[in-house]
Formats: sequence, structure tokens, C-alpha cells
Amino acid sequence: MRIEQKLTVSAPPAMVWGHIIEPSNYIEFMDGVTRWEVDGDKRTGLGARYRMLIHVGSAEVGGLIEIVEWNPERDLAWSSVTGVDQRGRWRLRDHGDGRTELTFRFAYGVGGAGITGLIAERVAARPLRRRFRRSLLEVKRAVEHRRFQSEVGKGVRAPL
Amino acid sequence: MAESGTFEPVSPEAGEERRNGGRPNGRLGSLARIAEPVLNGLRERFKADLDDRDPDFIREQLPLSWLLSSIWFRGEVRGMSRIPEEGPVLLVGNHSGGNLTPDTTVFTLAFCAYFGVERPFYQLAHNLVLASPIGPFLKRFGTVAASHENANKALSSGAAVLVYPGGDWEVHRPSWHRNEVDFNGRKGFIRLALNADVPIVPVVSVGGQETALFLSHGERLSKLLRLDKLFRLKVLPISISLPWIINAGDMFGHLPLPAKITVEAMEPIHLREQFGRNPDVDEVYEHVTGVMQDRLDGLAAERRLPVIG
Repeated sequence: MRIEQKLTVSAPPAMVWGHIIEPSNYIEFMDGVTRWEVDGDKRTGLGARYRMLIHVGSAEVGGLIEIVEWNPERDLAWSSVTGVDQRGRWRLRDHGDGRTELTFRFAYGVGGAGITGLIAERVAARPLRRRFRRSLLEVKRAVEHRRFQSEVGKGVRAPL
Repeated sequence: MAESGTFEPVSPEAGEERRNGGRPNGRLGSLARIAEPVLNGLRERFKADLDDRDPDFIREQLPLSWLLSSIWFRGEVRGMSRIPEEGPVLLVGNHSGGNLTPDTTVFTLAFCAYFGVERPFYQLAHNLVLASPIGPFLKRFGTVAASHENANKALSSGAAVLVYPGGDWEVHRPSWHRNEVDFNGRKGFIRLALNADVPIVPVVSVGGQETALFLSHGERLSKLLRLDKLFRLKVLPISISLPWIINAGDMFGHLPLPAKITVEAMEPIHLREQFGRNPDVDEVYEHVTGVMQDRLDGLAAERRLPVIG
């Protein structure tokens, strides 16, 4: 099952990228995430590992994930090492006018679970879609707030 | 039976009985020979072969458990972060819901989802549960027959073990005692934790006893039918449940009402740190059941209506 959420952030890709690569931010902006801890010495970048959990229905689901794709200011993707099978992807595309199109994709499933697996995936999709929508809105709010603060700091007049 | 080293006169029948490998003769002997393969099969089922636990199988069953837990029982599990991240631990729960035990479904799913199916996790169950047709299924989930030997084996392998000391007694308590922790004075879990030197994590649940209307333990009936001697069954419960309406024994299970189940894992109790080098078992029992009852009172107070939660 794959879920995709997309929105435009009024900030350049570098600012959005800076926000989504910081592991300590995930517990703040990812709705339902109860854990996002660095596992090992590598904090960010290709091969960095995190222990993550997200509330879905009655359980906190997750496991150990590893960053498998790292293309600065464009793509970041992870894949599960243990726990429920999952892949996550951030896709950033420059709008050219100081704005960024931000896409979040999340694919998950349990191989071999048969019909109950298919049903569970579909049932879980609804709350997850809502959670990811809220998460993207939170990223947008946080990054645009930071941009506004930096522009005020530089003396740029804030838009009304 | 004579103790070893003492002389006992042997009758001709008894001599033949001994030559038959201890089996009685006559009709009783035929019956014993017929029953032997069945009994051997049951003995095999009660043995704790920890390798029977199959992480891939558990992973494949998680969606079904998740659907049951999330949709039917609207499960809510708290305090999983209080369970030690690694190493052996004895999870001690209060038990509810008749033979179907929805609290186990909700908690087992939560444990496997939180720590991953890779973490060894075993559940102790009554012999009859493992002897039932779903026994082989449960063994792959990590369920082993409740005995000190099996539990010690699991704990010494570094696994987390879930035990319900109240067992068959507690799951069938009348519904009006639903918010009471009732281990029936069973303290074996404390000796187990002390022997294995592992912390106890109390796991308190509420809601399971609302999945049917449980009327009586039926202890007298169980004694009358000698079930306590034959199957270690102290109870023959009577309840009103679907689809049977009047359900005696709950042997074939029942359709549980969709009661909201809330489970909370509490802070670990390190027995020797808290109660000294040689803890008094009775004192520990009072403490463990006391903290569990306090939390159960708290969880019960959050509920507005039975079943609905």
C-alpha cells in the first residue's frame, strides 16, 4: 500500500531539506510518531539508522529503518531493516520562485499475510493519510516560520 | 508404590505388568495402550520447545491481530516504553475475557509491533489451551505450557515471558468483579522471577470481562465432575455469551462483545533491589497485586460505560 501527500512550501528547498534531515525534528512534526532515535554513530546521510515508532490503530508500529537514498535538497528515502516492511520518501522540487514542492510517500505492507494483510493495509491507510497530511502541514508551518524569522532578522519586510 | 531399595512381594499379574513396561493388564491395559499415543501427543504439546516460535509466522499474523485489536476491541496500549528494551523480563498480567482472552491478543500485538517479532517473547498458557485445536497455532506464536520448567527455560534464553497468575480462575470471575485483580493467591510467578533474577513488569488491563456476562466460576461443578483432578481445571464457568446464550465451560469459546480493551504496562519491579536479598514472597505478592489493583482502579475510573468504554 502506498500513500502520497503533497504540498507547496513557501521556502527554498535548502530550508525544507534542513528541516527534514534533522532526526530530532521528526518527533515534533510527524503526527503520531512516538519515537525517532538515532541508532549508531551516523546521525544523518546515507546509511544512517533510526529506531522509529508510529501509532496506528491500537499499536505503535515501526522498527529499525535505514536511509537508502540521499540526494541533497531533492530526495531522501528510507527502508525498514526490522519490524513492519516500510519505505518512506521525501521528494523536494524547486518551484523556482523561492517555493518548494514537497512530496511525502510512504509504502508499507506485510508480505505473506494474505487477505487479512490487504484488509489491514487498507484500513490503516485512512488514519495514516490524515497523519501524513498533518505532518506535511507542520513541516510547512515550521519552515515558513523559520524563513519569516530569518527575513525579519535580515530586515526584509514581512508580507502582510 | 515402593521406594527404591525396599522389598515388595510381587503377584504373578503384577510381574507381568512390570514386564509389559508398567502397563496394567486386561481391559485396563488395552485402554492404556490405546490412550498412550494420545497421551504422548499431549505430552509433546506441553513440552516447551522454544524453537516452535516462528517470527515469520507471527509477522504474517500481525495484520489479523491488528484488525481484531484495533477495530473490534478498539485496543489502547500504554506504557510500552517502560518495558526494558532488552534482556529477560517477566510480564505479569491480570487476565480477563473467558477462554478467548482478548487482553492477550491486544497486548501480544502491541509487544510484537513495538519491539519487533525478532525479540523473543513467550506466553504461558494452561495445558488445555495448548491441547486444543488452536494449540499448534499458538505454539508458533510463542505460547508454551505454564510450568516453572518452561518459564525458566524461556527466561534463561533471554526472552520476555508473559504470565497470567490468575489464569483459568481469573478469566472466569463474575463480571461484577471485572475491575478486581484476582490471582487466587498464586505466588509462583514471584519465585520464578527470583530464581531467574529478572524484573517483573505488571501489565494491567481493563475491559476483557465485559466481552460476555460471566456469572460464576463454577468451582463446585468442576469438583463434582473431578475436572480439577483430571485436567487441572479448578473451574467450570457459566456465562451468558453469544452465540450460546447460556455457556457452560466456554470450551468452544464465544463471540466476544466488542468491549474496549485498555492495557497499561507499569514500571519494572526489581525484586532484590526493592525487597532485599531474600524477599518475602507474601510481601512481594501484596505489593505487586496492590500496585496492579491501584492502576486497574484508575483505568476503570476512566470508563464511562461497560463495553463502550
